[in-house]
Amino acid sequence: MAYPALPSLDRRALLGVAGAALLGTGARAQGTAKPPPAPKGQVIVGLSQEPTRFNPLMPAIEVDQGVWWNLFSPLWNVLPDGTFSAVLAKEVPSLANGGISADGLNWRVRLRDDVKWHDGKPFTAEDVKFTIELVTNPKFRAGSRAGHDMVRDLTVVGPHELTWKMSAANAVYISRLAWTFMVPKHILGAVADPNDAPFNNAPVGTGPFMWGERVAGDHVLLRANPHYFGDGPYLERLVFKYIPDMTVMYTQFRTGEIDYTSIQGITPDRYAEARKLPGRIISVNPSASIESITPNLEMPQVSELAVRQALYYGMNKKAIIDAIYYGLPTPAESFLPKQSWAYDAGLPKQEYSPAKANQILDAAGWVRGSDGIRSKGGVRLAFTNSTTAGNQVREQAQQLLVQDWKAIGAAMSIKNMPAAVIWGDYFRLSKFDTVMVGVTFGIGPDPDVTDRFASTAIPAKGGSGRNTTQFANAKVDKLLREGIAEFDLAKRKAIYVAIQQEVRNDLAILPMFQYATIEGVKQGLVGYKPNINALSNCWNCGSWSWAS
Amino acid sequence: MAGYLARRLGQSLLLLWLVSMIAFAILHLAPGGPLSQFALTPGMSEADMQRLAHQMGLDRALPVQYAEWAWRLLSGDWGRSYRDNQPVLLVIFSHLAATFELMLSSTVIAVLLGSWVGVLGALRRHSMFDALSTVGAMVALSIPTFWFGLIVIYVFSVKLGWLPAGSRFTVGDGSFLDFLHHLIAPSLVLALVTIAIWSRYMRAAMLEVINQDFVRTARAKGLPERVILTRHTIRNAMLPMITIAGLQLPTLLSGALVTETVFTWPGMGRLFLDSISYRDYPTVMGILMCSALLVLLGNLLADLCYAVADPRIRLD
Repeated sequence: MAYPALPSLDRRALLGVAGAALLGTGARAQGTAKPPPAPKGQVIVGLSQEPTRFNPLMPAIEVDQGVWWNLFSPLWNVLPDGTFSAVLAKEVPSLANGGISADGLNWRVRLRDDVKWHDGKPFTAEDVKFTIELVTNPKFRAGSRAGHDMVRDLTVVGPHELTWKMSAANAVYISRLAWTFMVPKHILGAVADPNDAPFNNAPVGTGPFMWGERVAGDHVLLRANPHYFGDGPYLERLVFKYIPDMTVMYTQFRTGEIDYTSIQGITPDRYAEARKLPGRIISVNPSASIESITPNLEMPQVSELAVRQALYYGMNKKAIIDAIYYGLPTPAESFLPKQSWAYDAGLPKQEYSPAKANQILDAAGWVRGSDGIRSKGGVRLAFTNSTTAGNQVREQAQQLLVQDWKAIGAAMSIKNMPAAVIWGDYFRLSKFDTVMVGVTFGIGPDPDVTDRFASTAIPAKGGSGRNTTQFANAKVDKLLREGIAEFDLAKRKAIYVAIQQEVRNDLAILPMFQYATIEGVKQGLVGYKPNINALSNCWNCGSWSWAS
Repeated sequence: MAGYLARRLGQSLLLLWLVSMIAFAILHLAPGGPLSQFALTPGMSEADMQRLAHQMGLDRALPVQYAEWAWRLLSGDWGRSYRDNQPVLLVIFSHLAATFELMLSSTVIAVLLGSWVGVLGALRRHSMFDALSTVGAMVALSIPTFWFGLIVIYVFSVKLGWLPAGSRFTVGDGSFLDFLHHLIAPSLVLALVTIAIWSRYMRAAMLEVINQDFVRTARAKGLPERVILTRHTIRNAMLPMITIAGLQLPTLLSGALVTETVFTWPGMGRLFLDSISYRDYPTVMGILMCSALLVLLGNLLADLCYAVADPRIRLD
C-alpha cells in the first residue's frame, strides 16, 4: 500500500515543526558528511526513564522502544513522512503489488534472504510465524494482540515467504506490523516459558546493534552488528543512559556527558538558553501526542454539548501555549497530528470568547448562583480536573483554566494524583470528571481511533477499548468500521475527515495543542532524523555517525 | 547469651511477618497498579490490560496473593520484578553495590570528620572553633541536599570541569581512578549532612562524659590527658554512637534518594522510588523485607556491641 507524502503544512505548523529552522541549519550541514567505512565512536542517549524491557512483544513504554528499534527489526517501518519502507520484508504488501488481496483478507509477505540473527542463525519465515503466534499465545504476556488476533491460517510457503488470512479486512494491520518486531524462534521457541526466558534480558535480534550490557539503574550498551543486512551501523557503541532528573539531564547535555537528549528532551523553560549552547543543536520536533481536556461525558456537569462548547470558548488556549509552553506547541482542533495524511485542516478554529461562552450557557439555561457559579436542574457547573501530580507545567495550565472558566461561571477544582493512581482505574474506568492528558490517538501513521471513540470501546461499560471519555456517536461508529475495512487511501481519508468533524463538533475532547518535543544533539552527529510515526527518535540510530 | 539470642530472633521473625503483612496490604490497597503505566501507551487496549492483569494474577483476592507471595518467600523465591522481568534478589543486588560504595565512602568521611569536629568542639568548648563548628553544622543541616548537589555540579562540573556531573563511571572506561573520580562529589555532598549530625552527637556525648567522676578520678591519679581521652572519654562517648551506627545500617540498603538522583547514581534509593512509581510490587516488597531485616539486625548488633563496649551490660 502506497501512502502519500505529507499534506502541506500550514504556516504555523511549519514554524513550529521546523523549530525555527534550527534543526535544518545543523542537520543540513551535518547531513552531507560521509559515514565512516567501519563503525566508529559512540553515542550516549540520555533518557529520563529507564529502559528495562527488552522483549519487544511484551508491554513497554517509549524508552524501551528506543532500544528495540536498534536491536530488532520489523517487517517494514514507517518513515517520518508517513510512508512505509520494507525492512525484513522484500516489499511492503499492498493491493497494488498483490501482497494483499482485493478484499483485504489474504496477505502474502516475501522476506529478504540475507538476514541473520545476531547469533549467526538465518532469519526465515518460521520466525515471523512464531512471532505472530507467540503474541496470541494465551500463556504469553504480550503487550497488545490487536490485529494479530485476526490472523488465520498462517502458512510458511517457503523459507522466505508466508501467507495468512485475516478474519476481517483490516487496513490498520499494516501499521500494527510496522511496530511489531520479529523475535527468534530458535531461542524463544526452545524455552518452556517465554515470559521469563533469559532472552528477555539478553535479547538477540536482527537490528543494526547487538546486545552489549546493562548496568541496572544506569545504562544499556549496544554494540555494532557487523553482519547487519542494511546500511550501517556507523557507530561502535550506542549507549542509553538513564538520568531521572531533567535538570541533571540538561546539565549533562551541557557538559557534553550525553550526546542526545531523547523522549522528554529539554524542558520548554530551558529552550532559549539551550539554543545558545555552543556545539549543540536544538530542534523542536512535532509529536503525535495531542494535549486535551478530556471530559467524562457521563458526568452531568459536562454531558451537555452546550457546556462543552462554552468551556471551549472560555479556554484561553493561546495564553496557555504562549505563557506556559513558551509558544512551542501548535494549537490543535483534531485528535490527529497536523502531519498525518488524514488530518483535516478545515476544522473550525477555536475562538477565545468568554462573551460567547456566557451567551451559550445562558441560552442553555445554566443560571448563575450567588457565588457566581452556574447550575441547571440541580446540577452545579462544578467539576474536578486531574492530571499527573508533580507535572508542574500542566499544573500551571490548570491554574489558568480555573481562572478562565470561573469567568464564565464554571468552577473547576484541581485534583491531581500520582501517575500510578490517576492512570489506573480512575482513568481507565472513567471515574473522573475531566482530565488533562496528552494522548497519541493513532497507530503510527494510521488514523484509526476505534479504541478511543467507538461506543463499543468504553471500559466503564464493559467495552474492550480505551474510550474513557465515554463518547458514543452512531455515525462515528459506522465510519470507524468502514475506515478499518477500507484500503483505498483517498476513501479512507474522506472517512477520517468525517470522523474528525464529528468528534470536533461533539467536543468529545477539548483539544488544546499538539505537543512539540525539544531535543538536543551534539554538533557533528549525522543522521539524527525525528520521526513522528515512531514512538522514539532513536528509530534510526543505525544510520547515525560522527562527522570526521 | 544463647537464650537471649534465641529470644531476640524469635521476636524478629514475628516482627518480620507483621511487617510483611502490613506492607503487602498497604502497597496493594494503594490506588493504581503496575499496569497504569501502559494506560496511555499507543496500541494497548483495555482488553490487553485485563488479560495482562489476569496473567499476572493481579485480579485475585488480596489474601490469596499474599499467601502465594509468602509461601514462595519461605521457599526462597522472592518473585520476579514486573519492571525488569528478573528475580527480585538479582535486581536488589544489582543496585546494592552502587549504594554500598556511596554510603560507605560518605559514612567513613562523616564518621572521621564528624567525630573529630565533635571531640574537638567538646574539648574546646566555647572556643572560636566550637562556635564555627556549631554554626557550620546548623548550616549543613539546613541546606537542601538537592540544591547543594546541583551547586556542586554547577561549580565543579559545569564551570571548573574538574568533576563529572554524575554517574558511577564513564561508559567504556571502568578504571578504578575513573570510579574514584565519579565518587568524590556525591560522597562529599552526602557526607555533609552526616558530618553535621555526627559532630553534634559526638560533641554532646563527649561533654557528658568529660564531667563524669571516673574522668576526674583518672585525672586525679595522674594519667596523661591523651590516655584519659582515648581510653576513658572517647570510649565511653562512643556508646551512644554505636546506637546511631546500628540505626545507620539499614540506610546502607535504602540508599540516599536525593543524592542518587542528582548524581545519577544507580543505587537502592532510586530503585525503591522507581519501583514504587511503577507499582513493581515484588521489588518493593523485596526491598522492604531486606530493610526490615537490616533494621532488626542493626538493633541486635548494636545491643551486642553495647555489651562488648560496656562491661556493666550483661545479656542474658
